[in-house]
This record gives sequence, structure tokens and C-alpha cells, in this order.
Amino acid sequence: MNERDFSVGRMTRASRAGLVIALAAVAVLAVVPFWGTSGNLHTLIDALTLLALAQMWNLLAGYAGLVSIGQQAFIGLGAYGLVVLGDKAGLHPFLAVPIAALAVTVIAVPTAGLAFRLRGGYFAIGTWVIAEVYRLVISNISELGSGTGITVGSAAELERGTRDKGAYWLALCAGIGAVLVVYLILRSRLGLALTAIRDNETGAQSLGVDVLRAKVIVYLVAAFGCAFAGAVVYLNLIRLQPDAAFTVNWTVYMIFIVVIGGIGTIEGPILGTAVFFVMQELLADYGVWYLVALGAVAVVVMLVAPGGLWSLVLRRFDLRLFPVQRRLRMEGVARLPELGPGPEG
Amino acid sequence: MTWVNAVVQGILLGGLYALFAAGLSLVFGVMRLVNLAHGDLSILAAFLVVAVVDAAGFSAWVGLVLIVPAMFAIGYLLQYTILNRTLESGELAPLLVTFGIAIILQNVLLEAFSADSRGLDAGSIETDSIRVTDQLAVGWFPLLTFVVSVLLLGGLQLLTSRTRVGRAMRATADDLRAAELMGIDHRRIYALAMGIALGTVALAGVFFGMRTTFFPSDGPVRLIFAFEAVIIGGLGSLWGTLVGGVVLGVAQTVGTQIAFSAGISPGWGGVLAGHLVFLAVLAMRPTGLFARTQTT
Repeated sequence: MNERDFSVGRMTRASRAGLVIALAAVAVLAVVPFWGTSGNLHTLIDALTLLALAQMWNLLAGYAGLVSIGQQAFIGLGAYGLVVLGDKAGLHPFLAVPIAALAVTVIAVPTAGLAFRLRGGYFAIGTWVIAEVYRLVISNISELGSGTGITVGSAAELERGTRDKGAYWLALCAGIGAVLVVYLILRSRLGLALTAIRDNETGAQSLGVDVLRAKVIVYLVAAFGCAFAGAVVYLNLIRLQPDAAFTVNWTVYMIFIVVIGGIGTIEGPILGTAVFFVMQELLADYGVWYLVALGAVAVVVMLVAPGGLWSLVLRRFDLRLFPVQRRLRMEGVARLPELGPGPEG
Repeated sequence: MTWVNAVVQGILLGGLYALFAAGLSLVFGVMRLVNLAHGDLSILAAFLVVAVVDAAGFSAWVGLVLIVPAMFAIGYLLQYTILNRTLESGELAPLLVTFGIAIILQNVLLEAFSADSRGLDAGSIETDSIRVTDQLAVGWFPLLTFVVSVLLLGGLQLLTSRTRVGRAMRATADDLRAAELMGIDHRRIYALAMGIALGTVALAGVFFGMRTTFFPSDGPVRLIFAFEAVIIGGLGSLWGTLVGGVVLGVAQTVGTQIAFSAGISPGWGGVLAGHLVFLAVLAMRPTGLFARTQTT
């Protein structure tokens, strides 16, 4: 075959358009504090931090096969890290957020050491137990307000407008950063390893992929992301209680967003976050039925379309906004074959 | 003497945990399914008995006799219609579907029975006890729970090792395809296993409800304790599960006693001590104390 007859690339027309739309969206989002109300900012902070959390859970479960029900451990630790660094160590709260996330990532190393002794469903419950241990320990430290909670003093002292803007831009960093990090990981060597693990773990291992290393890296990245998002959430909320910061509901939201949107795709959690917010608005008056409905939708999606809503979009259109798989292009061939196994090759 | 008392009460509490853990262990053994709705299903059973008692005025014991077969039927149908489908599509689906069911159940119970605590009245056996010494008394009810737990685990052991159905379960667990070639319908075997598991879950939930008051949100903690008992005891071993339950129970009651002596919240100390013993076993002997299989 002549060298000029084909080429291998990732970009498609849709993904180029997607890139333009994404850049425009980021530009619009970046300037919201200059015209939006405080209410707008708070809603967007919720949405962007949830998007970050969902992307992290998607990276764990969708790509590394790690179903964690204990991500609230890192959310809570990130929030308490903000208190320790901001109030006790006197750091500016905006600076305390990323440093708290880094500190939590260090704590996640021994956590991984314990959790990785379990597999599959038992890994899931094990991570949950570990999160409970962190909650119980923190709710008995009187310097951190014990079970009744504590006010994030360094954040409360800030002028309200400054705090809203700072929290918003940090939330934007979390949301956009999470999408970007997952995208870059998937395009890297680690991404290839993860794709291989997702498709066949034993097969990947036998080909020399260091499965444990790949999983640990993903676990630590997710710990960082969740801690960052958790610190931003409580920079915004100011009042912090262990039962709320370490509630399993955080992970429930992440799981439902990812499952409904589409597990194992970058677009899925974005779509899922949007669906989550629309359902929240529609069902706001129905109390707990909201979670029942969300759970029912997630179960039905898992049974009927395990790829989530995004897979239904993909079935109709060849729309890849974040191109991670390589495509082979033949000159003069109308429809191009895809390289690599699986939906995201 | 308070310490001896703590250990004795812990052993008996372990019986209750083993009762919760038996079904989790059985289902995992037969079809490698970790049912994340396990705890919430036990709380569902307890609330169903509450409903029966409220509606018909039966005693809780009559309610128990009615609800155990009802939960068996729910388990059979749940497995046959929904969970069998998820088992065919990889590791994620069964986990996420059972997790979704757990959240649905919790919130439906919350809506149906409000967030108030409820209790089940087991009669005078709840408070009667055998006085061993002045400071050590063994309650009849915890003792009964322990005996029921031992009988149940023994029964499950007999079922899996001695009966035709049990042989089919072990065959399916060992090699699904080969078992199918021998004429075993694995979907029915799975449904049967889940039915039996939910029958035991009903037993556990109702005994729990007789022992203490309970809330619609109690499911996850029940799941976690059952899971800890299974892992401490070692996967694949039913008697290990009993030992795991006892170790967890003793850790909790002794932890409660330590926290009480140290002047900190006893309930907090008990639960934390249980978790820490679990993590210690995980760190030092990840296959559990009585593991039969090496792979998890």
C-alpha cells in the first residue's frame, strides 16, 4: 500500500467542532462572575464540582474497573484539609484548596494499600468502610468540631463577593480540569494500559501491562480530584459537618450521574450532570422521590442501555467530542473503519 | 467482670452478624455476586413485619413466619427477572444495579414509614435473662439469636454439601458451562440461591428489629457489618463467617467498654473498634481467618 493512501489520526470533523464549542463554553463560563448573580455562581459551583466528582468516578469505574463506594472519604478529607490549612496553618483558603488536595493524595496511598487487597464488589464495600473510619475518627477530634461540625473560618472571613468568585473559579478549575485530566490520561501510555485492562484484565497483564500500577495511579488521581472538589464545595458552604462531608450520598450522585450519562466515556458524565440537574429542578417538590426516580432511571439504563444516554447518541451519530481512539483514514473511502477494540478503542 | 461480660455479649452479638452475613456469603459463593442491597433488603423485611403487625394485629413472630417465604419469593423473582441479566454483562452491572436498588429501597421505606424509628415486640423473651453471676447475665433473646444463627449456618452447610440442589449450586459455581451441559439451568439455581439468601436476610432483619429499634436508613450499616464478618472469617467458608461475626461482635462490645472506661462516646468506640479489627485482618491476613479459596 502506498504511504500516501492512508493516515492515522484521532480528530474528526465532529471532534474539531466539539473542541471549538468546548473552548467557547469555557470562555463563557470563565467570565460568569462578572455578570452572573450570586445565585448563578452557587448553582454553577454545585454543577462544576459534581462534574469533577463524576469524571473522577468514571475514571475509576469506567476505565480502571474500580467500583468505589468510598470516594466521600476524600471529599470529607479535602474539606477538613481546608480547615486545617486555612484556619490552623493560616494559609489563604484559595491556596489551601490545592494543597489540601495534595495532602489528601498522600493519605490515599496507605488507603489504597488496604483497599487494593479486595476485589470487585468487596473492594466497593471495603472503600466504604474506610470512608466510615475517616468519618468516625474526624467526628471525635474536638479541635475539628467533633460531630457537631466546624465553620471554615478562613473562608468566612473573606468578603462575600471575593469568596464567591474565588470558589467559582476554583470549581471551574475542578470541572474543566477533571475533563482535561481524564482526556490526557486516556491519550497517554497509561490510557492505553487502562483501555486494555478495561477490555480484558488478564490479557493485559499477560502482555506486560502493570495492572496494579495503572489502577493505583488512577485511584490517586481520583483521590486528588475528589479532595479538590470537596474543599471547593466547603469553601462555598463554609459550614462543615462530618456526617454531611463523609456521606455516601456523594458517591451515590457520582454513580447515578455516570451510569445515566454513559460509563466509560468522557462525554457521558457531562451529559449525566446536565440530566441530574434537570431532574433535580423538576422533582424538587417531591422530596425523596427524587432519589427513587434517579435510582430507577440508573437501574433501567444499566439494564437496557449499559452505555448510558451517550451511547444512544453515539448509536445515531458518529459524534466524538473528545477523540481518544485512533482512526484509519483511506483515501477515497467514504466511511472509515475504526481501529482498536471497544467503543472507545 | 465487666470485661468478661463484654466478651460474652460480643459473642452473642456475633451470632446476629453471622445471620446477616450468611446470605451475602452464599450469594457470592454461588454466583460471585456482591449484593449491595443486602442490608436494605433486611431492613425491608423488618418493615414488612411492622406492616403485617400493624395491619393484622399478629405478633411479630407470626409476621416473621409470613415474611420469610415472602422474601424468598422476592429474592427468587429479583434474581430471575433482573439480576441474572446483569451477570451476563460484566462485573460492573450487578454492582451498580444492586446499588441502585439499595438507594430506591431506602428512600421508598423512608417515604412509606417516615424517618421515625420502629421496633418489633418479641414478647417477654426480649428482656428475660439467665443470671450466671451477680454481674454476668445472658439474655434469652441474644442466646436464641446465636442458636438460630448456628442452626442456619449448619443448615446451609448441609444444603450445599448434601442435597441435589446444593450439588447443582457448587457445580454452577465451579464451572458454569460444564454444569449447563449436565442439564443444570443456572438461572434457576441462581434464583434459588438468591431466594434462600433473602429468606436468611429476612430472619436477620427481623431478629435485628426485635433486638433494637431501627430506621429506614439502617441498611448500609447492616451491609457493612455483614461484609466485615464475611471478610474476617474468610471467603467461601460458612463456619468462618460465624467466627467472623463473633470476632466483629466482640471487637465492638469490647471497644464500647474501652470507650466507656476512657470517658468517650461508647457507641462511637464500639463501631470504630469493629472497623479497625476488620482493617487489621485485611492488612495482616487478607484472605481472612478461615479462607477456603485463595482467589477473591
